[in-house]
Amino acid sequence: MAHRGRLVAQGVAVGLVALLFLLLVWALVTDAGGDLAEAAARGERPEAPDFTLERLDREGELTLSSLRGKAVVLNVWASWCLPCKEEAPFLEQVWREERARGLVVVGLDAKDFRKDARRFARRFDLTFPLVFDGPGDVAADRYGVTGFPETFVVDREGMVLEVFVGGITAAEDRARLRAAVNRALAT
Amino acid sequence: MRALLVALVAFLVLAAGAQAAGPPNAADLEAELVCPVCETTLDQSDAPVAQRMKAFIRVRIAAGDNEQEIKDALVAEFGSGVLATPPKRGFGLLAWLLPLGALVAGVITVVLLVQRWSGRRGPPDPERPLDPDLERRLDEELARFEG
Repeated sequence: MAHRGRLVAQGVAVGLVALLFLLLVWALVTDAGGDLAEAAARGERPEAPDFTLERLDREGELTLSSLRGKAVVLNVWASWCLPCKEEAPFLEQVWREERARGLVVVGLDAKDFRKDARRFARRFDLTFPLVFDGPGDVAADRYGVTGFPETFVVDREGMVLEVFVGGITAAEDRARLRAAVNRALAT
Repeated sequence: MRALLVALVAFLVLAAGAQAAGPPNAADLEAELVCPVCETTLDQSDAPVAQRMKAFIRVRIAAGDNEQEIKDALVAEFGSGVLATPPKRGFGLLAWLLPLGALVAGVITVVLLVQRWSGRRGPPDPERPLDPDLERRLDEELARFEG
């Protein structure tokens, strides 16, 4: 009887260790953090992780996959981020110039107060869709964002073509973004 | 002596009640909330978002919010990760109960093990009869020794 009890205890212990191992594997497999930028830099086209987030510019929510068929510039920003202020007018300009061709710029505000984000949008006259990711879960866990801002250019098929880490403020970065947008629109 | 004890307990209860009813302390709140960018408590952080959160706390205190209302407002913006300690309700309660459960399980295990070990080393039961074969051999040995 004691032998059987010991066997059961050993079985439970082995089961627990196996469960923890599976959890670790699952976490590693599902963690996109940082991989998107690296994969895009290698010329691969990783799929843009989908999300549904509350909108800041109007009522309701926005789901990224609902924009399939359009090219998307996903800009991760926060109102307290200095480079975000520098690049915001440029992103608004790109949106206004390219929206007729099928481009959508989506501003993903993370780790921020909603009120501050809306004030930021008014200050820079942003008219593109804005979504709110207060805890930063989508930005950090799905897109691997570690600093602000970061920008992802997604083609019409929902694949990431290029990632910009840091503000798009230098002329060469702005030219690179426009080229990436053209590639995304061409898919 | 008894009256003194009752008076002391009453004083402590009243003092605790008076403290809870007062406005929350900004420094205490800053030690209980986490900056979502640098992930240290607000009192340890100078990140822009942490400064913004500190200003928010002061404004809410001035507006008359209590500690829980301020924490709830920040959780509504930044999620529950902004709390330095998990809430003592819902799923967060597990974080408080699990270590206690582990402690109790550990104590029970130690007690059981000690009982088992001391049982092994205990004196032999004097009432327990010897094996007849062994008893016979023992008698023979004794007889030979005495003879």
